Amino acid sequence: MSPAAAGTRERVRFFDATIVKKAVMAITGIILFAFVVGHLLGNLQVFLGPARINAYAAFLKSNLEVLWFVRTVLLVSVLAHIIVTIQLAGLKAKARPVGYVKKQNPHTSVASRSMYYSGPMIAAFVIYHLLDLTIGAGHPHFAEGEVYANLVYGFQQIPVSIAYIVAIGLLCLHLNHGIYSLFQTLGWAHPKYMPRIKRAATVISILLFLGYISIPVSVMAGVIHL
Amino acid sequence: MNLILHVWRQKNASEKGRMERYEANDVNPDMSFLEMMDVVNENLITQGSEPIAFEHDCREGICGSCGFMINGIAHGPQRGTTVCQLHMRHFKDGDELYLEPWRARAFPVIKDLVVDRGAFDRIISAGGYITAHTGSAPDANALPVPKTDADRAMDAAACIGCGACVAACPNASAALFTGAKISHLGLLPQGQPERSRRALAMVAQYNRELFGSCTNIGECEAVCPKEIRIEVISRMNRDYLKAAWKDRSALRDDQAETEPKAGGRR
Amino acid sequence: MALDSRVPSGPIEQAWDRARFEMKLVNPANKRKYNVIVVGSGLAGGSAAATLGELGYNVKCFCFQDSPRRAHSIAAQGGINAAKNYQNDGDSIYRLFYDTVKGGDFRSREANVYRLAQISVHIIDQCVAQGVPFAREYGGFLANRSFGGAQVSRTFYARGQTGQQLLLGAYQALEAQVDAGRVKMFPRTEMLDLVVIDGRARGIVSRSLVTGKIETHVADAVILATGGYGNVFYLSTNAKGSNCTAIWRAHRRGAAFANPCFTQIHPTCIPVSGEYQSKLTLMSESLRNDGRIWVPRDPGDKRSPSQIPENERDYYLERRYPSFGNLVPRDVASRAAKAVCDEGRGVGETGLGVYLDFGDAIKRLGRHVIEERYGNLFEMYERITGDNPYVTPMRIFPAIHYTMGGLWVDYQLMSTIPGLFVLGEANFSDHGANRLGASALMQGLSDGYFVIPYTLGNYLASNKLDKVDAASPGFQAVTTDVEDRLKRLLSVRGKRTVASFHRELGRIMWDYCGMSRNAEGLEHAIGAIRNLREEYWRNVNVPGSEGDLNQQLESAGRVADFLELGELMCIDALHRNESCGGHFREEFQTEDGEALRDDAHYQYVAAWEYKGPNTSPELHREPLEFNYVHPAQRSYK
Repeated sequence: MSPAAAGTRERVRFFDATIVKKAVMAITGIILFAFVVGHLLGNLQVFLGPARINAYAAFLKSNLEVLWFVRTVLLVSVLAHIIVTIQLAGLKAKARPVGYVKKQNPHTSVASRSMYYSGPMIAAFVIYHLLDLTIGAGHPHFAEGEVYANLVYGFQQIPVSIAYIVAIGLLCLHLNHGIYSLFQTLGWAHPKYMPRIKRAATVISILLFLGYISIPVSVMAGVIHL
Repeated sequence: MNLILHVWRQKNASEKGRMERYEANDVNPDMSFLEMMDVVNENLITQGSEPIAFEHDCREGICGSCGFMINGIAHGPQRGTTVCQLHMRHFKDGDELYLEPWRARAFPVIKDLVVDRGAFDRIISAGGYITAHTGSAPDANALPVPKTDADRAMDAAACIGCGACVAACPNASAALFTGAKISHLGLLPQGQPERSRRALAMVAQYNRELFGSCTNIGECEAVCPKEIRIEVISRMNRDYLKAAWKDRSALRDDQAETEPKAGGRR
Repeated sequence: MALDSRVPSGPIEQAWDRARFEMKLVNPANKRKYNVIVVGSGLAGGSAAATLGELGYNVKCFCFQDSPRRAHSIAAQGGINAAKNYQNDGDSIYRLFYDTVKGGDFRSREANVYRLAQISVHIIDQCVAQGVPFAREYGGFLANRSFGGAQVSRTFYARGQTGQQLLLGAYQALEAQVDAGRVKMFPRTEMLDLVVIDGRARGIVSRSLVTGKIETHVADAVILATGGYGNVFYLSTNAKGSNCTAIWRAHRRGAAFANPCFTQIHPTCIPVSGEYQSKLTLMSESLRNDGRIWVPRDPGDKRSPSQIPENERDYYLERRYPSFGNLVPRDVASRAAKAVCDEGRGVGETGLGVYLDFGDAIKRLGRHVIEERYGNLFEMYERITGDNPYVTPMRIFPAIHYTMGGLWVDYQLMSTIPGLFVLGEANFSDHGANRLGASALMQGLSDGYFVIPYTLGNYLASNKLDKVDAASPGFQAVTTDVEDRLKRLLSVRGKRTVASFHRELGRIMWDYCGMSRNAEGLEHAIGAIRNLREEYWRNVNVPGSEGDLNQQLESAGRVADFLELGELMCIDALHRNESCGGHFREEFQTEDGEALRDDAHYQYVAAWEYKGPNTSPELHREPLEFNYVHPAQRSYK
């Protein structure tokens, strides 16, 4: 037994505790989830016609202080979410230096299994997405303020739509575990409600998926057009 | 039935180990897994080789000594069962079994399938108790405990400290073990006065031992021989976050430095 | 060797109070100057180490397991008795005292038992305060059950894991002291010998089971709480590691061994299924509350139980003991099972088993009630045997479970070596010739939490101890002995494994010194054990080396000691020409086959003094007086 006698203990600072890191992940996750929901609600206005969604976009950009505040919060959340993930992944690698010859993880869901892959891929997509539809880099017909047109032009390119759908699929997979997991992490789990929370997480992530992909699918099907 | 075993052999903590192949022949289905291992070992000794070291004691599933991986599952395929209570009738002739020790940095291998789980003792030592100086207790019925609380405390207290949760966890986290003790004591009225300090101290120790972080996957509860639920982890998180938030700057160790140690318990 | 029991004079009700007042105290500031060794970390050792640490002593605690939480107390299922009378059903300290003395078949010391009953109530208080999750009623108060044939409900329990929960309570208290720096824990460390200097116990020699390192530890007093020696039978309900080495080594150094032949055989264990069997699993005695025990009426009836009609079944306990029926004490139930198996009416493949049938109870109460009461036990049974006890009756058979004998101690729990205290199952003190259900946990915790803190202080305060250190010749000599013995075991390199010797010894003990004994058999056994011991040192094969984890070497040392203890048990059983409690001599029974005590000649504790290898031990007698509970033949008819 390797003694860690009293007195030789190092101090564990607030943000060094793994539980706090997980809580940071959960809280930033909630913020990002809220954005995902809000963003969808905004996007769905595309079905109400160009005037409506362009006006909505203009409204969002009308108050620069609020806009940059929200953007800062989102950016900080994303960074914090990623930083604690990297830290905890580092700990994971250290915590089992010699692996198993054979290991089964039969109870790990696809969603939780893929968190470490879905996360970075979503991040990559978000960067592309910002370049594509916010800044306009690489977009064939980008026009500032013409949200509706930008969107339709974009999705009319089949590879872009497919990439978008795949990314949204990953995002919703990520959320499926994330929503359930945040209840555990923040200590809100209860034996009675956890199965319901698990089901609700699945339903919410499927609804989000359907909501998001309805736009590229509609564009490709010609329901939404210029 | 006849079986083929691939067993992790490692002479001691400092030497490298490797998998070795053994045959277990004429295995009786009524044997326990460890009795099968006993027979393999008796043969090894008779042949002049060193027997496979594995930990065991009560052989009735309660002491928590035994445990290793069987084909990548802690304590083997039967749910809610320690390896000493696992019987050979769950295997079939010709099965190939891979036996490996618990793997975690916090559980260094001592020999073959034996690992050092002293980290668990140190987590308990840090705060997994209710300070009740012998003789100071009031009458046992002075403090009624609602039956549902007592039952839930008992569910968590059933932990045998075998380490399967750590072994099964893809992150090598000891959250189930630590959460079980925090839940057991935190659910009882006797445990309230030290509830915050307990969570802070135990989690701090758990972090010092370099266990991984919980990602809420649930592999631990699936292999737990006492079927402890992962809600205990949530309870630990809540207790810890509450306590840590209230006490962001002065963690337990700082308190310890300022409090006199004399007179026994802190 | 003089046996002074140091029982306080005067009325028994005040004996412990008076003794406590008369005992000297160690000044609080001086406590930290005393070093105390506790060997064993079960209920007795763990609670003692924790409490002594709290008081301020410098404690070193040793266990061979990887953690103190794994001591075999953890496996106790049923419960712990206490004379709380929470159920208002007529219990009292006096009744618990009375039941224990009677249950022990009048071979225990009255004053000790009375103290045990008095302390029992404090144990429950202490454990509840520590957070032991005892079963509760809906009102939030503690639940009780009747256990092991007691006529009052005085047993406190935590599901079927009472021992586990009590041990975890003691373990947590112990770990708190480890954190506070008052107790230093030595896990995976085995005591291999006791060091006696100038007639006093002054330390131990230990071996690290990981590195093989031999170490000496100096102390002002040594406390042994190393449990029982049931594993002398090879197959028992004890943990595989449970052993007699600590107490046997102490015996060889001068501690008298009392009543070694008093062993308890538990009636409800899962029967042996084959040669490879490594241990026996106990099924809680509480099963007898609802299960009915039977065998076929006719010998050799091999039909499956469901095909045997009601009138061809013999519910032999209900027939022989109409008033207690299936709830007769353990020794009686065990012997009755052996008797029917000897008649060829045993069930199962080996013929060594009887049915424990829940068919009627399920019909009467419904499956869900049985499931609620015994669900986990039924699951465990099915896991081990593959049979579903809701459908097929369980098969059970008696198995060695507990040893009432142990090192002789006085009222202050001190052995015949001054400074050597013995607690829990390792001593002989409180259970006489038979232990009642749910009393072992009570005794372990009573000794550890509430007796030793006083009596140890009294010893330390009353005696001026010379300074000794590990370099002193006493320590050196014992260290050399220990090292020589290990070398000898490793150098034999014979043909037989340690386990094969152990199995053979167990067979001899079970056949001749088990549930029933006779003079001829015991004489045969003594010879057989001597021969086996001689072969052991010539032909045992201990592979590996001394310098690392070597489980075979650990086991080899323990079996070597069992080979000596087994002989002493047979000698004791042979000398005691009477039947009492768990000791049943076939020559001494009533007409209808019940135990026949001989109070005129054997109302004493037999304390054996070691006289050297291959020399007969010397018998010392501590006469027993019964001023409160008058000896009578136990009757459960």
